Parts: sequence; C-alpha cells; structure tokens
Amino acid sequence: MSKAYTRDKQSVSPLEWLATNLGRLLVSLFVPGITFVVLWRVFIFLRDGQAPQWITAIVAIIWGVGGALALFFVANLVVDQFSDQWKKRLHPFIFVGPAIVILTWYLLVPTLRSVYASFFDADGEVFVGFENYVYAFTSPAMLESFRNNLIWLVFVTGLSVGFGLLIATLADRTKPAFETVIKALIFMPMAISMVGASVIWKFVYEFRPPGAQQIGLLNAIVTGLGGDPQAWLLMQPWNNLFLIAIVVWLQTGYAMVIISAALKGVPAALLEAGRIDGANELQIFFKIIIPYIRGTLITVSTTIILFTLKIFDVVQSMTGGNFGTQVIANEQYTQMFRAFHYGRGSAIAVILLIAVIPVMYYNLRQFAQQTEAF
Amino acid sequence: MGAKRQNLLGKLFVYGVLILVAALWTLPTIGLLVSSFRSGDDVTGSGWWTVFANPSEANLSLANYRVVLGIAGEGDEGASRFGGEETLNLTAAIVNSLTVAIPSTLIPILIAAFAAYGFAWMDFPGRKFLFIIVVALLVVPLQIALIPILRDYIKLDLSGTFLGIWLAHTGFGLSLAVYLLYNYISTLPRDILESAFIDGASHFTIFTRLILPLSVPALASFAIFQFLWVWNDLLVALVFLGATPEVEVLTQRLLGMLGTFGADWHLLTAGAFVSMILPLVVFFSLQRYFVRGLMAGSVKG
Repeated sequence: MSKAYTRDKQSVSPLEWLATNLGRLLVSLFVPGITFVVLWRVFIFLRDGQAPQWITAIVAIIWGVGGALALFFVANLVVDQFSDQWKKRLHPFIFVGPAIVILTWYLLVPTLRSVYASFFDADGEVFVGFENYVYAFTSPAMLESFRNNLIWLVFVTGLSVGFGLLIATLADRTKPAFETVIKALIFMPMAISMVGASVIWKFVYEFRPPGAQQIGLLNAIVTGLGGDPQAWLLMQPWNNLFLIAIVVWLQTGYAMVIISAALKGVPAALLEAGRIDGANELQIFFKIIIPYIRGTLITVSTTIILFTLKIFDVVQSMTGGNFGTQVIANEQYTQMFRAFHYGRGSAIAVILLIAVIPVMYYNLRQFAQQTEAF
Repeated sequence: MGAKRQNLLGKLFVYGVLILVAALWTLPTIGLLVSSFRSGDDVTGSGWWTVFANPSEANLSLANYRVVLGIAGEGDEGASRFGGEETLNLTAAIVNSLTVAIPSTLIPILIAAFAAYGFAWMDFPGRKFLFIIVVALLVVPLQIALIPILRDYIKLDLSGTFLGIWLAHTGFGLSLAVYLLYNYISTLPRDILESAFIDGASHFTIFTRLILPLSVPALASFAIFQFLWVWNDLLVALVFLGATPEVEVLTQRLLGMLGTFGADWHLLTAGAFVSMILPLVVFFSLQRYFVRGLMAGSVKG
C-alpha cells in the first residue's frame, strides 16, 4: 500500500487520497487507543485488586514489561503510516525518545529542582538564600557526617583496593581451581544486600555484659584471650571503623575481581625480563605490575569512592546514624523523611552532587577523546 | 637446593595466606547460617560456634524458616505468636521483591537497548549532545532526585505503587544501561546491518531480529547487575514504597525486624538468609556475566 501511494502521488484526486489514508488514519488512532485502554484497565485492576497477592504480582509483572514492549510496537506502527521522509525523521525519536524522557524526568530536571529547592525553607515556600548551606556546613550532625564520610572514603577505598590487590596477586600464583574457589568465596558478599550483611555482622559485634556468655564472635575472642567484652558499636569514634569493616568485607571482592582481570593482562614477557634482570618478586610487583595496572587501580578506586560517598544502608541498619556514626546520605534521609525539611535535604543532596563533579568531568573528557568515531 | 626450598616455602605462604583470608571472609556468613537453624533460647544463650563443640546437643531444625515463611506448624517456637500474623510473613515480602525486581530489570533493558541502537546506528540532530547528557548523568547521585520525584509521585498518586518504583529504578539505572549497551552495540560489525538495510528491513525489524539476539551477552550482564542492585536496594524502596505496608520488600522488612529484634534473633537470621538465597543463586550460576558487566561499567550514580 505504501509503495502504491508514493508512485501515484502526483495523480490522485482528493477522494482517492482520503480513501488510501483513511486506513492509515484508523490504524494510527485505533491501535494506540486500544492499547491505552487495555493498559489502563489492567492498571485499575491492579490498583483496586482484591485478587490474591501472587496473582496480582504476576499480572503486574506481565503488565509492566508487556506494557513497555507494547508502547514501543504501537509507536513504531504509527510512525510506519507516515511517508518515508517522515519515517526517517521520526524513527530516532521512538528509539531514543523514551530513554531521554525518563532520564530527563528522573535525573536531569530533579537536579535543577533540588538546586532550586535548596534555597527555600522546609516546605519549599519561603526563599532563605544560603541558609540551608550554612546549616549543612555548620550543624553538628553535618560536621560529624563530613568527618565520618572522610574516614569512610579513606578506609573503605584503601582497604578494599589493598586487600583486593593482595588477594588477586597471591591468587594469581596458585592453581586455577584453587584460585576460582578462593575468589568465589571472597566475591560472595557482593551478592548480599547491605541489610543482610548488617544482620550477619550483628552476630560478630554483639555485646553481653562481662561474665555473661558472649554470643558475638568478636567479644568471644576478646574474652577468650582474657580481655573485657566491649560494646563495639557504641565505642566512639572507633565504631565507625567497625561499620567500615562491613563495607570492606562487601567491596573487596569487587576490587579483587577487576584487579585480577587486569593482572592476567600483564604480559608474561615483561615479568620474565624483570626476573632476568635480577629483580626480586617485590620489585617486580612494585616496579612492573603496579605501573602496568595503574589505570585499573584508579578506576576501581573511583568506583568505590563514588559508592562510599553515598553509603546509607549499613549505617541505617546498624546504628541508625546514632553514637557518632552519622554519614551524609543518612543525614540527608533524616532531614527529608524524619524532619521533613526539604530545603536542608536538597542542600545536602546538592553537596553530594558537587562532590562527584570531578568524576563527571573526567568521564566526559574521556568520552570526548574517544568521540571521533561517534 | 636452597632456592627450591625457598620456592616451596613461598608457595606454602601464598596458599596459607589465601586460605586464612577466605576463612575469615566466610566465617561471619557461616555464623549466620548456623544460627538460623538454632532455637531462640540457643541463639541468645550461647555463641553459634558452640554447635561445633558439642554437636550432640546442637538441636538444629528448620523451625525458624517455617515461621518466617508463614508455614509454621504447631510445635514450632514462635508459631503461636507469629504463625498467622502478616507482620512476620516474609513470603509476602518475597513476592513483593520479585514484583519490584523483575520489571525494574527488564524495563530499563528494553528502553536502553532501543536507545543504544538509536545512538549507535541512527542519524538525527542532537545525537551527540544527548549522548553527552547520558554520560554526564552516569555518576549523578540518586539522592538528588528523591525529593522532587517523591513530590511528583504524591501528585500523580504513584507513591507506594509498583509502577512508581519500576519507573524510579528505570530512571536511576538507565544511564548506565544505555552507556553499557551502546558500547556493545556500536561495536557490532557494520556489514550485517548494511546488508539487512539493502534487503529492505526497517530499523525496527533489524533491532528486534538482529541486534537484540546478538546483544544477549551484554543484556545479560546488565540484567544481573540491575537485578542484584534492585533486589538488594533499601533506599529507593524506603522512599517510594515506604508508607505502604502491603508492598514492602524484603530489605524493608528485614530493617524493620532489625529495629525491633532483641527477642527474635533466631527469626531474623532465617529472614536474612531467605533474602540472600536468590541473589546467591543468580550470582553463582551467572558469575561470568556478572563479572563482565562489572568490568564494562564501573561507575554508577
């Protein structure tokens, strides 16, 4: 139909034109109409649903995924009714459009809105200038958060990358089967939620008064060695380090896996040349291997820094930010959803954003360098 | 001779250190696993390692799991208190977690794959500028979006709905997804596409018939990454599902149990383990894809 239409383009009378295009018009209106009605009906069913939970769940999953698929198909069908020239213009919008719309709604515009809201009071009504930022840089809770986040950044990044490098280097010198098992065991915590990890570590840090049976592993070891049991999570400021240990436990596997892959890429000839020149293993490690995988180490460190900057779950579930363990992301959550101070919550979020700008700049510069092929 | 002995010692040292570290890393999880089979009095009365000291008195059972899954029998401890109550039935939370996690994984993949194809193989004005935005958004912390999006959701009645949290996870995962999939799709050989075009195939056909099947490794990598991320997420769930108990996911329920625990340590252990089973299975069966995904995109906001 579409081909016939283009060929006879010059000669058709208005009536014929209407007849050929009526079909297109119907398709363009009817199919999307039906799709929307069906999606809407199911939405109402889900919203008011009295069905058993698992049925609602299955319907919801099919509706959500199927709906997204259906919208793409329908949009494509509608565009296919246009002339070839318009098709060429409109197709990219179907492919790229949804992603851009969602990114704009969920990240781009919210960034601007948060910056705007950070200059207003708790309810977002009265302009207060830099008051929220003054609060963010002077209130005791925020100063404590800055201090703690700095401790977190240094220790989590240093220890995770350090342990990861150590384990990857050692494992590289063992038999492959052994290496696989060891790496899987150390990588495993990556699959566990931080809330789950918190439950696990409650059994390490649990404190019972002296004389009672210790059920926390750490105190059992301490008392077994003749020491006094400690309430680890209440010991300021050391309790931060005990929380940090949990995240190091989670992140070392990540660092190890990435570094391990980089180590496999170090050319054997290079190491051999070093050995022939009489370098010992330590020298080879520091003079050849480390410089060779420097790029990977930087990437891994950056990723862990970004992750640690926003650390939330562990603090929320272990101490709730009490006992001197507050961090920026948890303080932001507290301001938003406990104190309902949207202005302060936004200002703290903007501070987090400013903290990642160097990384964003680096990413964009990297992209600009590779961009000739784009 | 001396060199050989030194070599052997070095080997012993390497293997010894690795075994020690791996044991240290696994010990906390083993403690939780053992505790989850013990009764409430045992868990609070003695350390989990005492089970290994006198195994005959260990008294392990699956009772805690039956209670947290809401299938407790008469004899199970805590069954009378929690047996019929919704408050501790993790089965509901598991179903909710699945209902949140599956679409929150598939929808961003679908949208991102379309976009990645568009960026890689289509020509349109603003292409480079839009992709620069995607790259810039890679590291934007999602905290920046919580308040504005929650306000939208309250206006649109989306707060506490599955649709709302799917879209939120889609929005927060999308830039990484587009970036990763673009990197993959743009390296597919150009000839395949060109010959398909000559045969008269449309973009849509090429995408669904050719590009999607070819991109399965990249799609799988991101899928595992995103699934684990969503399943383990606490913050987004707290913010966008927080006020609605019927849609609570596992991490929220566990957090609630952590807050009120004390008396119910034994149930908490079983609950925590229940929450880990699925990610661990996904993780160990698809580890290779997961690692590949981690390496391809190591920055996420």
